[in-house]
Amino acid sequence: MTALLDVRDLKTHFFTRDGIAKAVDGVTFSVERGEILGLVGESGSGKSVTGFSLLGLVDPPGKVVSGEIVFDGADLVAGGEEAIRGLRGKRIAMIFQDPMMTLNPVLKIETQMVETVLAHADVSRTEALTRCREALLRVGISAPDERLASYPHQFSGGMRQRVAIAIALLHEPDLIIADEPTTALDVTIQAQILAEVQKLCAETGTALIWITHDLAVVSGLADRLAVMYAGRIVEEGPTSEIIANPLHPYTRGLIESVPHGKPHRSLLQQIKGMAPSLLNLPEGCSFRPRCPRADDACRRAQTLGTPLPGRHVRCVHPYIEG
Amino acid sequence: MAENNAPILQMKGVSKRFVKELDTAEKAARFFGSSIEEQIVHAVDGVDLAVQKGEVLGLVGESGCGKSTLGRMVAGLTTPSEGSIRFYGEDIASLKGDAARRAALQIQLVFQDPMSSLNPRLRVGEIVGEAPRVHKVVPRKDVDSYVDETLERVGLDPAMRKRYPHQFSGGQRARIGIARALAVNPSFIVCDESVAALDVSIQAQILNLFMRLREELDLTYLFISHDLGVVEHISDRIAVMYLGRVVEMGDAQALFAEPNHPYTQALLAELPTFEVKRRTYSTIKGEIPSPLNPPAGCHFHPRCPHAFARCSTERPRLTEIAPGRFSACHLNEQA
Repeated sequence: MTALLDVRDLKTHFFTRDGIAKAVDGVTFSVERGEILGLVGESGSGKSVTGFSLLGLVDPPGKVVSGEIVFDGADLVAGGEEAIRGLRGKRIAMIFQDPMMTLNPVLKIETQMVETVLAHADVSRTEALTRCREALLRVGISAPDERLASYPHQFSGGMRQRVAIAIALLHEPDLIIADEPTTALDVTIQAQILAEVQKLCAETGTALIWITHDLAVVSGLADRLAVMYAGRIVEEGPTSEIIANPLHPYTRGLIESVPHGKPHRSLLQQIKGMAPSLLNLPEGCSFRPRCPRADDACRRAQTLGTPLPGRHVRCVHPYIEG
Repeated sequence: MAENNAPILQMKGVSKRFVKELDTAEKAARFFGSSIEEQIVHAVDGVDLAVQKGEVLGLVGESGCGKSTLGRMVAGLTTPSEGSIRFYGEDIASLKGDAARRAALQIQLVFQDPMSSLNPRLRVGEIVGEAPRVHKVVPRKDVDSYVDETLERVGLDPAMRKRYPHQFSGGQRARIGIARALAVNPSFIVCDESVAALDVSIQAQILNLFMRLREELDLTYLFISHDLGVVEHISDRIAVMYLGRVVEMGDAQALFAEPNHPYTQALLAELPTFEVKRRTYSTIKGEIPSPLNPPAGCHFHPRCPHAFARCSTERPRLTEIAPGRFSACHLNEQA
């Protein structure tokens, strides 16, 4: 069986006045049907731009310069805007960090949801409304009729994000791309959203790409993780294996940096320095200047290797015992 | 920590109400018999807290629980509607003139978003050097070397003093905000979500800086954050707030090991942690109620799995359930 989504050597560059920013620089990954992939990275690692590239949402001066995005057998890069438009919102949906950005503040929820249904399905308005009610019920919103007649500002943050998720679910997409959907929410509300998403993916068989900076959130949610640094995937593999035994020094540094579970008031292991500018990346491995294991071999260009079965790492000195 | 010493900061019955006044049309409507009321938000509602010298008190809670308002009152940016905040035994609000100025310098605030708390048109040297110059912390001729020293203390290269805030990364800006707070030699620092906007690897650097500075300068922190993992790590004691009230308080490790209040229990249960196994997120029911119209009795009772009749009528008091451990829950009296 072929993967639902196959991304090969994707490159999205931003042509700025100061030079070319290689936001995504040769990213390769795939997502199976029903699978949850966690795409993890810090700000500027290119994780969001990767998500935007999949849906053709990169605005100038940014541009997908090369690579393939094969969704269910069709190349979206070669197909251009037309190919993506037929899928966007129907077979691939997106959930953004800030639901206020997704929702139009001057339209009732009803107007926005019905519009989404009618954009891709030839049904009556009554039928469309029924689908909207069902979608709202599915994300745990009681009294959907009341909610449909409201405006976005009348909702709390968690409720808005539920509506955004409901809109993403309207056409029962094969793939949902979620870009930091719980970052702006409180812990208890985040847990509610995570629970809903987990349930929905299990019930409908929807594949999910969960983009986040928070390793702890995806560690309990995703089947596989892909860790990005400076526009490239540096480590990829099954979630449980990566969390238990990170091979790349950056992944290890990220996990060590999280205070939870570390001895009380101990100094945290920190990654020295800061992320490099995308305009001026170090040659070879981009993590080299911050890496405790770096030596001259790291100056050469790095490829994604497979030191252990199922584990892909872009590093010449991965943490492997023995 | 010396138990018999008086606390450096003592809050008694501190409340803060924000009132939205009626406009003329609404006043007129009320005059003719309409039932329009002034809207009152009880941001902070009768909080008693004490901070000992040299300790880190963590203040956690979700958005709208009043933790930031409490921090702003401690730092003197807003005054309590009721109650008193005593710093070294003196009521901050009643101080006048020189004494008020000295108290204000002693308590400094480090904000969440360095970009909106640093003047974009000032060079870093001016941002950090302004307060020591104006308040004559050091003689005017020594200000430059003093600024260099302060920058070095927070891990910034003094050669960068001529730069503007936008030329720095997020982590460096956080350091500038800390340097500015330290420049007037405070003894007490209120950190209001000071690491929330930073990436994980940078956050670890700044947390380490906070811990190092505490040792070096003998600082006391009120550390406000919504991130339980961060607060657990850095704090000696933790106070948990919900809708303007402190619901539980105690030693950081004891509180995490055995949360007493149902809200604290729920918060900790939802905390995402590294787990090798896939977990199922359970849900705490309902949303945080609006502080405009909080539920009667215990504010948490509509979401609480253990709520009984008394919870919806009577406000539970914060009582000591074990030495140094406080909780505001009626269940403790039942048992």
